[in-house]
Amino acid sequence: MIQIENVTKRYPGGQEALAGLDLSIETGEMVFVTGHSGAGKSTLLKLIALIERPSTGQVVVDGQNTRRVKRRRIPAYRRQIGMVFQDHKLLYDRRVFDNVALPLIIAGVSHRDAGRRVRAALDQVGLLHKEKQSPETLSAGEQQRVGIARAIVTRPKLLIADEPTGNLDPDLSLEVMRIFRRFNEVGVTLLIASHDISLIDRLGCRRIALEDGRLQEEETDPWL
Amino acid sequence: MAVTRNADAVAPVRSGGPLSTWFTRHVSTAIASLGRIARQPVASFLIILVIAVTLALPAAISVVVKNARAISGSWENVLDFSVYLKQGVSVSEAEGLARLLSQRADVDSVELITADEALADFKQASGFGDALDQLPDNPLPHTLVVRPGPGNTSASLILLHEEIGNLPEAELVQVDTEWVQRFHAVLDIVRQAIAIGSALLGMAIIVIIGNTIRLDIENRRDEIEVTKLIGASNAFVRRPFLWTGFWYGTGGGLLALGLVYYGLYLLKEPVARLTGLYQSQVTVASLSLTESAAIVGIAVFLGLTGSWFTAARHMRKIEPR
Repeated sequence: MIQIENVTKRYPGGQEALAGLDLSIETGEMVFVTGHSGAGKSTLLKLIALIERPSTGQVVVDGQNTRRVKRRRIPAYRRQIGMVFQDHKLLYDRRVFDNVALPLIIAGVSHRDAGRRVRAALDQVGLLHKEKQSPETLSAGEQQRVGIARAIVTRPKLLIADEPTGNLDPDLSLEVMRIFRRFNEVGVTLLIASHDISLIDRLGCRRIALEDGRLQEEETDPWL
Repeated sequence: MAVTRNADAVAPVRSGGPLSTWFTRHVSTAIASLGRIARQPVASFLIILVIAVTLALPAAISVVVKNARAISGSWENVLDFSVYLKQGVSVSEAEGLARLLSQRADVDSVELITADEALADFKQASGFGDALDQLPDNPLPHTLVVRPGPGNTSASLILLHEEIGNLPEAELVQVDTEWVQRFHAVLDIVRQAIAIGSALLGMAIIVIIGNTIRLDIENRRDEIEVTKLIGASNAFVRRPFLWTGFWYGTGGGLLALGLVYYGLYLLKEPVARLTGLYQSQVTVASLSLTESAAIVGIAVFLGLTGSWFTAARHMRKIEPR
């Protein structure tokens, strides 16, 4: 699903976020990226989401070399990937329903279909009963689940998440991870950046550790 | 998972074709934009008022000019040409000339006053009857009173004047329209000035709307970023701002019409009193339906132009980081 080949990302000013990174993630995998802040986790996800482009090397996502995706085509490219953010990035002037419906509206799905799909997505994160509320009235954990519903409402094959549990307490974090796990079980490939080692260990997934933009270690859970 | 276009990017869309989806999407965006404007009633009203006043100004002056032209035009039409024929032109020649002139398209009617009739009139009116009887010959010429047709413009009247003056039988053509012509020249200048002024004011409206939209974009920067992050195109994030510009234009145009109509309503009474004094029937011409539609149309166009330029320029700059 994702092939990263000798990717270096250098920011203006000379600092290197990624240095010659090689990485391959298969379809259907659920992979965690760990490392200290500044280790290059976010940069890796940004390269996949085409928020940034690599300085050298190439990123291939589901057979598409991101280098060849023209600026104009970036929106269409992004619509294929579900994205979850640490700070949820919800629109607080709209109801939960409208937040989740946004990717469908962008994609031009008809209203009737959108309604059905939004409810299905909200149901999957257990928030169907809160569709009419404003995100502001929800707890941090619920807001993150709305963010997840928005990411999966278009049924993407790949879901990337940047510190999705960064602002949540352990119980809520585990719940969010369980939701991710369920998506993985139906075939969604997940790439999750997190520094919550103990939580990751409990889940038993492939783990990629980054340090100073390099691959430091890779552990695959013995049970898998 | 090749990069696919819009609706194809996600699983099958069942109801509605791309056109109906496009349409409903526009309708909902339009309503949402209107709602956003309505939620800030005072600020929005002020913007619409500025647009309306800017548009109403040239529109009102145009209406005044139009009325002035109509009124002066009616004066012009009642001004007859007095054509004094040369001595030695016979009555039958004068009659022939009168018939000839009355067949012209730009001439309404021609009346012949023969020298004898003129002398008789003059005797009666002046009281010099006895003295005039002493004259061996009638010193007065035959006269044609030419009434121009109502379809004449000031230019065609000048032409008619010249052509009659060039007739071999004509000695002198007298007409007191010079001040009317000068007045028309002034009106033409005013009209041109309105055209130039309108262009400048139109640009001002584009700037006003553009600036308002720019502030709106700044306020919604986070929202635009998030929307782009989850795959919205520039066209998608631009759409609500274009609708905002459209609504400002529509509101401004309609309010401008209201202002002009209200101004004319206020003028109706004093004009009626004035024309009553002169015992003439003058009705104040208002904006025609076409002109009213044009004002609203121009306002909408300016609103869309202003928002388009601003949105296109700023949308490209806002990218998720």
